Amino acid sequence: MTTKYYFVSTLAVLLLFGCAQPPSERQAVTVKGSDTMVLLGQRWAEIYMKDHPNATIQVTGGGSGTGIAALINGSTQICQASRPMKAEEKASVKQQRNADAVEIPVALDALAVYLNKQNPLQHLSMEQVGRIFRGEVKNWKEIGGPDATIVLYGRENSSGTYVFFKEHVLANADFAQNYQGLPGTAAVTNAVAKDVNGIGYGGIGYATEIKTIGISKDATGEPVAPSMENVYSNAYPLSRQLFWYTAGTPTGAAKDLVDWVLGPDGQKIVSDVGYYPLKNSKQTP
Amino acid sequence: MKREAIVRDNLYVPAKRPRVNASNGLKWRRVMDRVAEKLILFFALIAISIIFLIFVYIAREAFPLITQSPEGISLSSPFTAPFVWQPVSGVPKYNVVPLILGTFKVTLIAMLIATPLALLAALYTAEFAPPSLREWIKPTIELLAGIPSVVIGFFVLIVIASWVQSVFGFEFRLNAVTAGIGLSLAIIPVIYTITEDALTAVPNHYREASLALGASKAQTAMRVILPAASPGIGAAMILGFGRAIGETMIVLMVSGNAAMLTLDPAVPVRTLAATIAAELGEVVFGSGHYRILFFLGTLLFLITSALNWAGDRVNRRLRSRLFGSPA
Repeated sequence: MTTKYYFVSTLAVLLLFGCAQPPSERQAVTVKGSDTMVLLGQRWAEIYMKDHPNATIQVTGGGSGTGIAALINGSTQICQASRPMKAEEKASVKQQRNADAVEIPVALDALAVYLNKQNPLQHLSMEQVGRIFRGEVKNWKEIGGPDATIVLYGRENSSGTYVFFKEHVLANADFAQNYQGLPGTAAVTNAVAKDVNGIGYGGIGYATEIKTIGISKDATGEPVAPSMENVYSNAYPLSRQLFWYTAGTPTGAAKDLVDWVLGPDGQKIVSDVGYYPLKNSKQTP
Repeated sequence: MKREAIVRDNLYVPAKRPRVNASNGLKWRRVMDRVAEKLILFFALIAISIIFLIFVYIAREAFPLITQSPEGISLSSPFTAPFVWQPVSGVPKYNVVPLILGTFKVTLIAMLIATPLALLAALYTAEFAPPSLREWIKPTIELLAGIPSVVIGFFVLIVIASWVQSVFGFEFRLNAVTAGIGLSLAIIPVIYTITEDALTAVPNHYREASLALGASKAQTAMRVILPAASPGIGAAMILGFGRAIGETMIVLMVSGNAAMLTLDPAVPVRTLAATIAAELGEVVFGSGHYRILFFLGTLLFLITSALNWAGDRVNRRLRSRLFGSPA
């Protein structure tokens, strides 16, 4: 009999403890999605948690598609995406979560084209980049480079960057057969850094160990570097917004985090990581 | 010799069950024996049913390809032209032939590298190495099995890939050969350990007979011990093959993941396992792409099961040919 009482009292104690700690005390927010943004998200979380000891922010990558899927089935509160949500994805959020998908631009990015540092080319046109990745141009000498086969690197098809690049550069055509999809932008920069004949693409925030090139809108146009001014003036052809998505207007801990990210502290981190802060943010570049 | 004693132990069968008074304690012990036996059977059945249920679940997710053909994709579309894998596209193309070809290409390369290395290493440790060295070599090679595949993948990506490219002058830094080398690092310990066990299990009178007939140590090892251990070696190779064909992280990192329909080993390659790993996280639940990925999983499962089954058959046949009776 004593064991039974012991069991009941333990249960009671556990219950009491459970009630005594209101869930609002620790503010946990999950952020999931774009691999392009995972560095940025983690830096935000780090600094935010330092300033707000009560908050717990969990940031994971996986790709924009993964994040959007997680937002739809409710396993994340905030989804990071390097591409805008498609209409059917928004519909799924509305249907599954019973709330509208709220789009919050949090930073700007220049989707850069990476070349190995030894590659003599300094700029390409949009059309040339498209033809390279569609497999129509196979040798560097066809576009004024050395006589060597072009090796294509990029992201896997779960990536928002992949989809953005496919839409804007390839005009929705398929990538070449020998296009190599790598897990993560860091893997792409690493591959291009080690391959003299490599070409890749990815967020400007990852552009280390390789060189980024100027892109012209057409064959005769002036090449435009992926710099902050050119992104602000929309002169760089592959300028894009980086988004956060929530199901319904964010409240509580998530709202505090969103406000902070959009504020001067959050936007300063954007430029620290290598992306460009929002144009209308108070932080002056 | 020590080995003979073991063989004799195995052959030793007690003539009759010792007679003991059927006391209460003994009865209790029999009951406990019975209970323990059933309990073990129960757990064994759980393990078997888990494997079976995994297969059922994976196949069930792929099943609508036959019954509903979502988005116009049926079971035949993974095999119809064009031989292209482009799942995210205006017109998605889900041809699995390049993926199957790629999987076998990489696995074969890995086997070609790993088998001779592991076999010779095992032969050396089992037949030639002094005991003190053997005690040192075996655990070291087995330690290789404990390295997480992501670490092997990283090592190959950073170190081996550039080296292979410069030695062979490949156009592509990430290719089937590099991936095969990475995979071979993962399966060498598997093949080595089982082969080594098979070699040491060869009865010692085989060695003695061979040496007594005037064969050299090397002749004995190559012509007597190796054939006698061949069922075990076959099992080792099949296990290695199974491990290689399903390995994901190494190939995902170093194969370049381009689905190309070619036998050329010097170009990037995309495998079934890496495709599932890369794409399953993103796909919309219940879509045609989702079904196809589960179909790939079913395919992978069937390939490994069929291989294991065939290997087991060969193993039994060899064993009965060598030793007269099925083991």
